[in-house]
Amino acid sequence: MGSVELDSKPTGRRWRLHQSAMVVLWVVVSLTIWAGLHWHIRRLSMRKAEEGLVSMCDERARMLQDRFAVSVNHVHALAILVSTFHYQKEPPALDQETFADYTARTAFERPLLSGVAYAQRVVHAQRELFETQQGWVIQTMKRDPSPVQDEYAPVIYSQETVSYIEALDMMSGEEDRENIIRARATGKAVLTSPFRLLGSNHLGVVLTFPVYRVDLSPDVAEEERVEATAGYLGGAFDVESLVENLLSQLAGNPEIIVKVYDVTNASEPLIMYGPDLPDGFPSPSHISMLDFGDPFRRHNMVCRYSKKPSVPLSAITTPSGVFVICMLVGYIVYAAWNRYDIVKEDCRKMGVLKKQAEAADVAKSQFLATVSHEIRTPMNGVLGMLDMLLDTRLNETQQEYAQTAQVCGKALISLINEVLDRAKIEAGKLELETVPFDLRSILDDVISLFSAKSPEKCIELAVYVSDDVPEVLLGDPGRFRQIITNLVGNSIKFTEQGHIFVQVHMTDHSKLIAEQKPDPNINGYNDDSISTPSSVSANADFDTLSGYEAADTRNTWENFKQFLLLSSHSTENGLAHNSNSEPVTLVVSVEDTGIGIPLHAQSRVFTPFMQADSSTSRNYGGTGIGLSISKCLVELMGGQIWFVSRPQIGSTFTFNAMLQRCERNGAEEIKKDAFDILPSCFRGFHAILVDKRPVRAVVTKYHLQRLGISVEIVGTVDLGISAWTAEKRKMLSGSKRRCIFLVESDSFGGKNGSFSLDQILERSCNGSTLDLSKLFILATSEPEKKKFPGLSENAFITKPLKASTVASRLQLRLGVDLQHSNKNGNNSEGPSLHGLLVGKKILVVDDNRVNLRVAAGTLKKYGAEVKCVESGKDALALLQVPHKFDACFMDVQMPEMDGFEATRQIRLIEKKANEKVKRTGDSETKDDEMAGMDWHLPVLAMTADVIQATYEECIKCGMDGYVSKPFEEKQLYQAVAKLLAPADS
Amino acid sequence: MASTQIKAQLNDLLNSMFAMDFLDEQFKQLQMLEDGSCPGFISEVITIFCDDAERILSLITELLSKPVVDFEKVDAYVHQLKGSSSSVGAKRVALVCIKFRNVCQENDKEGCMATLYEIRREFDELNKKFRTMLQLEQQIQALDSKR
Repeated sequence: MGSVELDSKPTGRRWRLHQSAMVVLWVVVSLTIWAGLHWHIRRLSMRKAEEGLVSMCDERARMLQDRFAVSVNHVHALAILVSTFHYQKEPPALDQETFADYTARTAFERPLLSGVAYAQRVVHAQRELFETQQGWVIQTMKRDPSPVQDEYAPVIYSQETVSYIEALDMMSGEEDRENIIRARATGKAVLTSPFRLLGSNHLGVVLTFPVYRVDLSPDVAEEERVEATAGYLGGAFDVESLVENLLSQLAGNPEIIVKVYDVTNASEPLIMYGPDLPDGFPSPSHISMLDFGDPFRRHNMVCRYSKKPSVPLSAITTPSGVFVICMLVGYIVYAAWNRYDIVKEDCRKMGVLKKQAEAADVAKSQFLATVSHEIRTPMNGVLGMLDMLLDTRLNETQQEYAQTAQVCGKALISLINEVLDRAKIEAGKLELETVPFDLRSILDDVISLFSAKSPEKCIELAVYVSDDVPEVLLGDPGRFRQIITNLVGNSIKFTEQGHIFVQVHMTDHSKLIAEQKPDPNINGYNDDSISTPSSVSANADFDTLSGYEAADTRNTWENFKQFLLLSSHSTENGLAHNSNSEPVTLVVSVEDTGIGIPLHAQSRVFTPFMQADSSTSRNYGGTGIGLSISKCLVELMGGQIWFVSRPQIGSTFTFNAMLQRCERNGAEEIKKDAFDILPSCFRGFHAILVDKRPVRAVVTKYHLQRLGISVEIVGTVDLGISAWTAEKRKMLSGSKRRCIFLVESDSFGGKNGSFSLDQILERSCNGSTLDLSKLFILATSEPEKKKFPGLSENAFITKPLKASTVASRLQLRLGVDLQHSNKNGNNSEGPSLHGLLVGKKILVVDDNRVNLRVAAGTLKKYGAEVKCVESGKDALALLQVPHKFDACFMDVQMPEMDGFEATRQIRLIEKKANEKVKRTGDSETKDDEMAGMDWHLPVLAMTADVIQATYEECIKCGMDGYVSKPFEEKQLYQAVAKLLAPADS
Repeated sequence: MASTQIKAQLNDLLNSMFAMDFLDEQFKQLQMLEDGSCPGFISEVITIFCDDAERILSLITELLSKPVVDFEKVDAYVHQLKGSSSSVGAKRVALVCIKFRNVCQENDKEGCMATLYEIRREFDELNKKFRTMLQLEQQIQALDSKR
């Protein structure tokens, strides 16, 4: 774990740095967005305000202008009025009274003008005349009599509101004088610059309009205009009240400040209207030009907001909202990223841990394998030594101790082998062989392995292989045997009475049966009436092998019969599947009537080192690894293993395995090699079997049939005897069938009134019914034999049944000559070394005299005629063709010429001889025996190191095999048997 | 009476030799051979073995005493000795021979000398026991033939 964290540290720190940088960046970006948005919205609102201002300002300016224009027009009209009625009427139709009256009544037309007055142009020459006409003296603005001037402009008519200016010379005021001169020169209305008006003290301008005596065309020269000037009409504009009045009529007045300037002199604008306040704050302002009709003067209007424009609320809320959203999004991304990172890191850690765990698992398996192997080696030494110790002279106690040690050692070795197997399977190193083997003989082996145990416990052990299972199968016999041995061993361990029954069927049939009869009470679940042990021991007769109830009710006689029917049926049509190497699936079941598996333990039966409970191992021993190995092996064979178990009644383990049907030729080969070929001497025998249990009878029949004996099954001894007499009659009438009579030991003295043994014995004494020598009793255990004191030991066939033991029993009793009936080729019980070597002439080559002597002694013991030489050269000298040796044993390491070289030389000589024979052979086919033979002397290497490389070298230089030095009987036999034909051939 | 006593003595001797690993399974095989056709087989083999071993040991001693040792030759001799001793079932001698060969293959003269001494000691012991054994057997034969 430590290493895992260490690995992630630097990247983690960098990541964290990276992370905080990202956070800061994101916040900055969000703030920027906020600011940008805020600014944007403010700008928008500002522009809107500006636009509003512009429109308001323009509106005001226009209105002002319009009002002004209206007033000016009216003054113009007045001017025309004066001109019309004062000058073009003779006498003038106008006087002061009329003028005042008229102007007062038309004052509503000129709301902007405080008053109007008319001043007549008077040149100095006419002054006196004028003064006298009017009756007053022309006065200046300061109300002094006017000094002498070139001309005068005394007011003659005035509106009542301004009557105080009557008789004042307008030319005396600076502003007015300028105005008058400009007005009469242009013929248009002119304005003064703003000034404080007399009377109201408001800022105002004076409007002056010229009145001509005649109507002038617009393009008249200036002098003419001056000449034609009759007088001037003037009025004072009260601009201040004018604008105020105007603004008060408009909505939104208080929001903006309006200022009106006279900007005739651009650098020095004169204020005409407006509060004289400094601009306290920056505010958008707008300037609108005003045209009051006087081309000489320019005016404009400046508008601005009276209050600082407030920042709109949305300029704060919207960006804030966006900011919050940004932050949230950022947080989500951050959290997701963090989460992703954590998960990724976790994933990585998991990966590392997983790898570690896997490595540990592999290491464990390897460790187990290695340790087991390492233990096995010295254990073999220990066991070997114990063997030797037991062979020495020991007193009884010592013998017992040593034997115990040996038994324990063997148990340990087998346990280690199992552990090794399991470890190998787990590491995937176990590979199955595919070799031809005979299933039936393997089952026989397994049975014989346990035959010592089963009678001890009064258990009936039986094997049945369905007829349609091929004789020779391709597969891994060792592993197959291991599975069955495990299962049977297990069953034996937990079974005290009853039977253990191994069956092998082809898969199709068992499936059929299984489908036909689904068992609702499988494994004892929902089983209300689980039989108590007492009811079992009461021997309620079930239709099983031993009469005890079995867990899997599918194995009772009813079903078994169906199997038999099906299998016999398929063997009848069996020639159909003759094709080679066809895959077959076998179903093997091992049924016992033991203590069963407790329900709570059934789920972990196949878990290694798990037994039903801890007390089990105390009572029954074992490690609990066997079943798990079996499971693994079955799975390797492409099958499955399962079981049906009912506590106190028993268990049935069943597995299927994929094997291959073997081709015929292969079958022939394996038959030769197989050690225990069944004798064929019982072919044509007929057996009458008395057995009340059909299942058991079928098993017995199966074994007998393997020996070639035809079987007739009868239920009771009575029926058996009648069948026997029938057979006898047939024999009398010429049938050559030899008959035997087999009786199950429990068939006698039954309640059915059948014969007791004594009765039979009596009868056989009469010679009429039974030939006692043909009677066999099938006994399950030794004690049963004592029930039949009258019979010799040979009459018993002890269970478990095995074809070969049955054969040997029959042979003993009937005295059939095995060898004799074996003439047709099948070597039965292995011919001995003696048989092979007797009478043979053998050359032994070894430079070591001791070895030579020992080898010679050994071979001599087996009846061979031995010649010894001490070097390769001597051997060559002896082996010049023709010679009479049957074989040569050659030491490999010799001085001068070693075994390999010597053999090469021998082969060379033989080759020459053979070629010579061929060349001359046809012409000289005399009765010279040697000539017809192909020379090939079997040469066997003798060597101390039996390694593959040496073997290959032996073969390479022409040797036929090798034996280890010093000789081992079995190996010597194997090597010699391949090369030498039996002595008598 | 005497015969059975001597037989018991012989048996004890053999048992002790087996127990002390002087002899192994192979010797039993030889005994089984003698039971059969060829009488005097064991004594013959033992005699050959002892003479042979004596010869080889003296040869090796000679080779090793030379200033320049031909280890290959020594090795060949030791191999021969090993072969014959394992044939006879002289376990301890054979074991020391294996050791000798290992040392010899390393061209370790000192080691060779030491091991040679070891072999010599083992062989002498065995030789002594063999001689006693043969004497006993002769006595038995003599007694048997008298009867």
